[in-house]
Amino acid sequence: MKTVKIILLILLVAFVGIQFIPTESNQSDTVPETDFILVNNVPKTIQKKLEVSCYDCHSNNTQYPWYNKVQPVTWFLENHIKEGKSELNFNEWGLLSNRRKKSKLRSITKQIESGEMPLDSYTLIHKKAKFSKQETNEIIDFITQLKDSL
Amino acid sequence: MKNLKVSIVAMLLLIVSFTNAQEKEKMNHEVMKIQNHKVEAVLAHYFMLEDALVEDDTKKAVQEGTKLMVSLKVFDLGNYTKEQQELLADIIEDAVEHAEHISESPIPHQREHFKILSKDITDMIAITGTTTKLFEQFCPMYDGGSAWLSMSKEVKNPYYGSKMLKCGSVRKNI
Repeated sequence: MKTVKIILLILLVAFVGIQFIPTESNQSDTVPETDFILVNNVPKTIQKKLEVSCYDCHSNNTQYPWYNKVQPVTWFLENHIKEGKSELNFNEWGLLSNRRKKSKLRSITKQIESGEMPLDSYTLIHKKAKFSKQETNEIIDFITQLKDSL
Repeated sequence: MKNLKVSIVAMLLLIVSFTNAQEKEKMNHEVMKIQNHKVEAVLAHYFMLEDALVEDDTKKAVQEGTKLMVSLKVFDLGNYTKEQQELLADIIEDAVEHAEHISESPIPHQREHFKILSKDITDMIAITGTTTKLFEQFCPMYDGGSAWLSMSKEVKNPYYGSKMLKCGSVRKNI
């Protein structure tokens, strides 16, 4: 019984302790000129969908949920965002060459088609981020058009 | 009894760390081997990767993808004009990304990325030229039509592997 108490105490101390470790938050007030939505003529509905479903991890500005303030959730999200941005940052779209754009557009299509993106761990909480069948078709048509125009 | 347990655990740890170190040694060795900074080195690794896909061998494709990535990264741009350098740098950046994905994905993904990678490599040798005789082959069935490079005329389809090994034909001599 005593050891259980000690272990619980250690865990509690560790939990409180990690709350004080500083983290970097992914937030920005400005949308650069190179942003995907600014560079391309994106229809309003698709624009909204991209912002809700993709921009939290694939841009320089995340709409954080309240529980992001609690460790280790902060780390978990920080890692996802870092990885997401290194694969694709919509804010920096205009900086890519046509070859890179085509590659990225192709990956976007494949990821959405196969349901790999948005991640299940994300849509679990962000129900609105899910793509309906119609939304999937709409966005894939748009991305295909864009790819063919490059 | 307790002593025995401790020594067994210690032994196991020692073995694990030893094999780990050997793996690393092997990786370093691979990097050292890819010292030919010419396009032929890139091609050689591209073909090894292609063979792995033809054989439906995901694990081998993972390894070859990594090696291809290294050979692309060390590619020497020194002998080209500024304009060519810019084009090549762009192609290489793209190709590295696809090779990287191949090195960490299951086989359907590997094949998707191999398609674009093949385009990148084709564009690359259009600039650099090569001493290797090459054939561009084409399979009309995979993903709305997909091309790849080969050193022989014989068709061995990397997009389908054993499922449809012979699908495709020679489209161009390079």
